[in-house]
Amino acid sequence: MNLTSSLIASGQESEAVEASVNYAMQASGAFTWMWLLIAFPLFGAAFLLLAGRRTDKWGHWLGVAMSLASFATAVVMFFAMIASPDADRSQTLHLWDWIAVGRFEVPIALHLDQLSMTFVLLITGVGSLIHIYAVGYMAEDPARRRFFAYLNLFVAAMLLLVLADSYLVLYFGWEGVGLASYLLISFFQYKPSAAVAGKKAFVVNRVGDIGMSIAIMLMFVTFGSVTFEGVLGNVGMASETANTWIGLMLLLAACGKSAQFPLQSWLLDAMEGPTPVSALIHAATMVTAGVYLIVRSGPIFEAAPTAATAVIVIGAITLMFGAIIGCAKDDIKKVLAGSTMSQIGYMMLAAGLGPIGYVFAIFHLVAHGCFKANMFLGAGSIMHGMNDQVDMRRFGALRFVMVGTFITFSAGWLAIMGIPPFAGFFSKDKIIEAAFMHGWIPGLVAAIGAGITAFYMTRLWTMTFTGKARWTEDNQHPHESPKIMLIPIAILAFLSVSIGFILAYGDAIINWLTPVTGYAEQETVLNHYIIEYGTLAMVIAGAVIAYLQYRRDVPITPPQHVSALTTAARRDLYGDAFNEAVFMRPGQWLTRSLVFLDSRVVDGAVNGVAALAGGLSGRLRRLQTGYVRSYGLWMLIGAVVLLGFLILVRV
Amino acid sequence: MTPEYYIILSAILFTLGALGFLVRRNAIIVFMCVELMLNASNLAFVGFANQWGNLDGQTIAFYVMVVAAAEVVVGLAIILMIYRTRRSASVDEPNLLKF
Repeated sequence: MNLTSSLIASGQESEAVEASVNYAMQASGAFTWMWLLIAFPLFGAAFLLLAGRRTDKWGHWLGVAMSLASFATAVVMFFAMIASPDADRSQTLHLWDWIAVGRFEVPIALHLDQLSMTFVLLITGVGSLIHIYAVGYMAEDPARRRFFAYLNLFVAAMLLLVLADSYLVLYFGWEGVGLASYLLISFFQYKPSAAVAGKKAFVVNRVGDIGMSIAIMLMFVTFGSVTFEGVLGNVGMASETANTWIGLMLLLAACGKSAQFPLQSWLLDAMEGPTPVSALIHAATMVTAGVYLIVRSGPIFEAAPTAATAVIVIGAITLMFGAIIGCAKDDIKKVLAGSTMSQIGYMMLAAGLGPIGYVFAIFHLVAHGCFKANMFLGAGSIMHGMNDQVDMRRFGALRFVMVGTFITFSAGWLAIMGIPPFAGFFSKDKIIEAAFMHGWIPGLVAAIGAGITAFYMTRLWTMTFTGKARWTEDNQHPHESPKIMLIPIAILAFLSVSIGFILAYGDAIINWLTPVTGYAEQETVLNHYIIEYGTLAMVIAGAVIAYLQYRRDVPITPPQHVSALTTAARRDLYGDAFNEAVFMRPGQWLTRSLVFLDSRVVDGAVNGVAALAGGLSGRLRRLQTGYVRSYGLWMLIGAVVLLGFLILVRV
Repeated sequence: MTPEYYIILSAILFTLGALGFLVRRNAIIVFMCVELMLNASNLAFVGFANQWGNLDGQTIAFYVMVVAAAEVVVGLAIILMIYRTRRSASVDEPNLLKF
């Protein structure tokens, strides 16, 4: 069955490649073992949670081993996939039948193709490095075993998400990563801020999940199936309206999971979690699930231009939103979180562009996973050496005391800015170029966003590593982190430098993903070279401005008399205030009035009837005096009344 | 003989019986008042039977007498038992069966 990739912009010279997906291919050979990918970390999580304290001493190594085992399996699968021809690269492994009710049949099946393979390698690869790093980072935490159990749970759920063969199984993994994210954000449960942040992430994600469940219901109503094959293969049979609604609901789901506007508010608070969690879940993997969902559901969006445009708009808004927040924050992790939002905005933008952008969305996702994990781990390394200080105004001159962190972080910094030949240059420039293929507005937003990215990342880099030391606490002796933390960072730094080139060499990533996602090229509205050099000029300008401004003395307390935009950005562009005013307060008012209605009106009516019956019977009871003669009198009265009545009626 | 006289006499007797039932306390008197009411109705039955010239009313009167006799048997026994236990035949005293 062929899914013809339709082009969003028409009337332009274009070259489209058909995405042919062979869903019917039953897994064979090495691929029959793909369930091991999930089984390893799932076993690790279950074992560590059930075995209890007696595994405290070595539990973390089990977690690392399970993650590495999964990675090794993934590598085997990868080579098996490379060895097979294009047509055989899409493999489905049917595990068992889950639900079979009438027409509604959902088997538990795994689907491994080039797109899932890319994700599996990213999740298990970066995941394993972060597991190793966390052994050092969490060394002094008494609950380290629990931490590793949750990390393994996360990896298992995330792998289920990307390996699912139907939307319902994907939803299962989707909720699993949400649960793991919640557990890990509020890992330091004794801190009220962490507990609240976890709850906030959970609640905001539920809003997105509503979109997911509605989308799945709509799919079943429209297509009578929820498997990728049944839905994506029959998109042409559904009306555009149905496709648009499914697309918009999927976008809502993606917004929740990927912290896109307007469901972005939870990601900044999620930084309350331990730094390895921020690196793995809230930068490299989980938050990119929304992009995966959009790319995987590509045919739906291609059939529904309105929904695709909505994806582009959301991506563009979030891209700027995150970048502006990143410029004003002083907390190093929050700057990186704002940056993550912004970069995922790029990916969403690219995913909304259709076949001209899918490949680059995934390309940037992989590159971002490497360099952002690198920088988050670097930030963790800095915090490790600075008594968990996160305020960049109290850093400065760290390049002398934390050489390894400095070098690796610089690699990530150059990569995210898109300086050639680092990773971001290849991936982000391609997205900007694709955005210009779509039109002026997305193109310009993406290009300006690149300039702002350079500004805030250079601000972070300058405030942290250069200038004078502004360490204010007496007991602060910044020191380099142990090797077990530095080596994973170094590997990620190497990837930050090289992965862009590796994947872009000979259009490797394009050729790899095209069979699944399709690929098309269009004329850009602006000359290719102008885009490339213009973006680079903007990046350099942003970096230079930030460097000149923050090289000088940075006040330890943030200046109060600043522009309205800075104030707004410091307060997350009033995202929380908006939610509070528009959703929380009316919601509280509604619940209070409902409680009032329930306790006074509904309960009042029920209790009133009971009280009336009780009181009335209490009074009627008094008629039973026990005196025979009074009964006699009542009988007489009754007889007389009856008689009088009969006579009256007769007359 | 016009039936009015029977009816008037029957009504007077019934009213006396009812009044006696309501105002007297002695169980025996109350009982006799009940009998008076029954016999007042018997008189009405017989009077009407005589007027219409059929036996239905007279038959009913016999029934009433039989029921009244049976009732006397049971009622007097109950009154006797109450008197034995309470040493009184007042109908107001055994008023325990109430709210």
